[in-house]
Amino acid sequence: MIPELGTVALALALCMALVQATFPMAGAHKGIAPWMAVARPAAMAQFAFVALAFAILSYAFAVDDFSVAFVANNSNTALPIYYKLTAVWGGHEGSMLLWSLVLTLWTLAVALFSRALPAEFAARVLAVMGLVSIGFLLFMLLTSNPFERLSPVPAQGADLNPLLQDIGMIIHPPMLYMGYVGMAVAFGFAIAALLGGRLDPAWARWSRPWVTVAWMFLTAGVALGSWWAYYELGWGGWWFWDPVENASFMPWLVATALIHSLAVTEKRGLFKSWTVLLAITAFSLSLLGTFLVRSGVLTSVHAFATDPARGVYILTFLGVVVGGSLLLYALRGPSTLGGSTFSKVSRETLLLANNVLLIVAMGTILLGTLYPLVIDAMGGGKLSVGPPYFNTVFVPIMSVLMLLLGVGNLARWKQDSLGRLWRHLRLALGGAVVIGGGAAIMLASDAFAAKTAMVALGLILAVWVLITSIQSIWTQLSDKRSLAAGLRRLPAGAYGMVLAHVGLAVTVVGITMTTAFESEQRLRMAPGDTATLSGYTFRFEGVEREKGPNYQAAMGSFTVTHDGEREATLKPEKRHYLSGGKPMTEAGIDAGLTRDLYASLGQPQSGSDGAWSIRLYHKPFVRWIWLGALFMVAGGMVALSDRRYRVTRRRKAGTPVGDSPAPAGGA
Amino acid sequence: MTPRRKKRLYLVALVLLGVGAATALFLTAFQENLILYHSPTEVAEGKAPVDRTFRVGGLVKEDSVEHSEEDLKVRFTVTDTNHDVPIVYDGVLPDLFKEGQGIVANGKLGGDGVFVAEKVLAKHDENYMPPEVAESLEKAGAKPPHSMARPEGN
Repeated sequence: MIPELGTVALALALCMALVQATFPMAGAHKGIAPWMAVARPAAMAQFAFVALAFAILSYAFAVDDFSVAFVANNSNTALPIYYKLTAVWGGHEGSMLLWSLVLTLWTLAVALFSRALPAEFAARVLAVMGLVSIGFLLFMLLTSNPFERLSPVPAQGADLNPLLQDIGMIIHPPMLYMGYVGMAVAFGFAIAALLGGRLDPAWARWSRPWVTVAWMFLTAGVALGSWWAYYELGWGGWWFWDPVENASFMPWLVATALIHSLAVTEKRGLFKSWTVLLAITAFSLSLLGTFLVRSGVLTSVHAFATDPARGVYILTFLGVVVGGSLLLYALRGPSTLGGSTFSKVSRETLLLANNVLLIVAMGTILLGTLYPLVIDAMGGGKLSVGPPYFNTVFVPIMSVLMLLLGVGNLARWKQDSLGRLWRHLRLALGGAVVIGGGAAIMLASDAFAAKTAMVALGLILAVWVLITSIQSIWTQLSDKRSLAAGLRRLPAGAYGMVLAHVGLAVTVVGITMTTAFESEQRLRMAPGDTATLSGYTFRFEGVEREKGPNYQAAMGSFTVTHDGEREATLKPEKRHYLSGGKPMTEAGIDAGLTRDLYASLGQPQSGSDGAWSIRLYHKPFVRWIWLGALFMVAGGMVALSDRRYRVTRRRKAGTPVGDSPAPAGGA
Repeated sequence: MTPRRKKRLYLVALVLLGVGAATALFLTAFQENLILYHSPTEVAEGKAPVDRTFRVGGLVKEDSVEHSEEDLKVRFTVTDTNHDVPIVYDGVLPDLFKEGQGIVANGKLGGDGVFVAEKVLAKHDENYMPPEVAESLEKAGAKPPHSMARPEGN
């Protein structure tokens, strides 16, 4: 009986979404205040119903209700309770429910924090989000109801894919979804602005905090995915250019472009149409990501569904969203053109270049990801695009981007001169070349030139971004006599920007160092055998039997020594889950700021000496890749605390919305 | 030209330059990194290239896996039930690699007709059949093995 209540809750949520999408929209159009006022209660009720459905599904998992097909397919009585609860999004139907829950959560947030916005505008934003929600709730009810019953009821569930029984599974999908679905807010703001014909700096200022929050979640989600793959797949890789990874990376690139273009729109009233297009693109890519990942087009651990009806539905939905919003853009966009001018040498130009480069990067990834699908769909045979393609294309684009980032850090709005820029940048450039290049030559002295050049490029760019970012703080100080007072007077946005850019530098250092200096050995090891890589000696001590809550494991033990000193003990595992024959590799990792030591077990080898196939890695600076992402998230958080967002909210309550000049700095 | 037009022209040039450079990069990198799939039958018919990386897939033939006792070298045969391809691989096999399992290997065909694999892929789930392999089996007229049976689930 209880699972049926779940379906009812979803149906009621759909009704609420319908109300939320229609009345406020019509009310905003005709200027009927009571109709617009429906939006907030409807959004709250919709959230309540979806949350109820989610709670009911969680309950079904908690009590092992295998009469629900989704529970039977994704859980097992032996599963620990925390994995039972996270198994809710361990399969297609439940992850769609999580999608809806996150969407209604964002909608609720918009409903609660939009009181300072003009009623019409807020009503339109909520209505657009209601429309998106209708799409997903209908999708669930028509093609993937998580509450569908199973008959006869099995005595035991099929179990959650062991790969997903991990801490990464608990946090990665919700983070990523918060980011994906957060783009729906940016989309809602953009569409509402198009409908209302008001694409102005105030609109950009309202959107910015929302886009920043969504971008933070997306950043964290992508980084977590990378970290998870690194330790869970046992290959020591942190990015595979897998279509599924690309599906989460493309919205991130566009969201990053959107953050920068919103800065220009807010401060200078420029790039409005472009910003709207970016918001539409970011959300469309989130939907495309959902389609790619969930439709079974890409078969991987992420693709739960193989039902073509679902793929067709999402594709149609995607078509309606993209087609509809572009049509609206075509009809309403041009009338909102205009704004001030800027010179060729200015921060605006550099931010435009930033946007172009990010979009080009996204486009090349999109082509590499979709090309095999298109060729296959047209009967051209199976093929795949190798990771070298992505690296070859991506590295040059990002290098140019980082070079320009340094210039942009110091460039003035509206008009600047090459002479002034050169005077301000030559020291930073010299410093970057000397520090980065010097470090590269020292580190790679024994390697051949191509590698040294690559390391030098990566480190020089990272140092360049670092120096110019700090320099940008210095040049913004209004009062250079008292450093402390000047620093205090800077807007939080300026600090957020610097933090995020430093994060990029940190990530690039990590990528450069890991790629250039990692060492790997794949070998056959019997207990007592040793292997040395990069000065670290790994001694294989043997394998012991271990028993987990719902699995049995062979746990290997490696003692690692460096210069005769004991450095670490690694305990990689090979797990066999009781519910099925899928063996799982758990890498043994000793993490450090400057290096990771990594061991994973392959298979027991033939022969009587107890040998295994083993993978050993030394990964210098690999943590920096994710550390950089943490910096970026922290930067977003700091930027959010900027007074300007709060001030406008308070001011808005009393006076009509004006195009008030924003404080300087903090693009 | 008005300053406005000049600016626009300049923007268009900038965009074109970026797109042009990216396209050039894209095309060369793309050409070099397209990896085609060939079924064992196609390999047997000589349709697969020599000295260029491609993918081959099929079922690992029963009793064909030979491990070396000194190192990680392994020899096995994949089949689409009509034709076989012998494969050598030096590395750690994926967890789900076993006889009877559908796998895909990336690598090059040597002159002796032995496929030298750089990578062996068996996907994350034992119920999963690589779509390439399923298609090759179908073309070869074989019945899909039991592992195709589960249409849904993780």
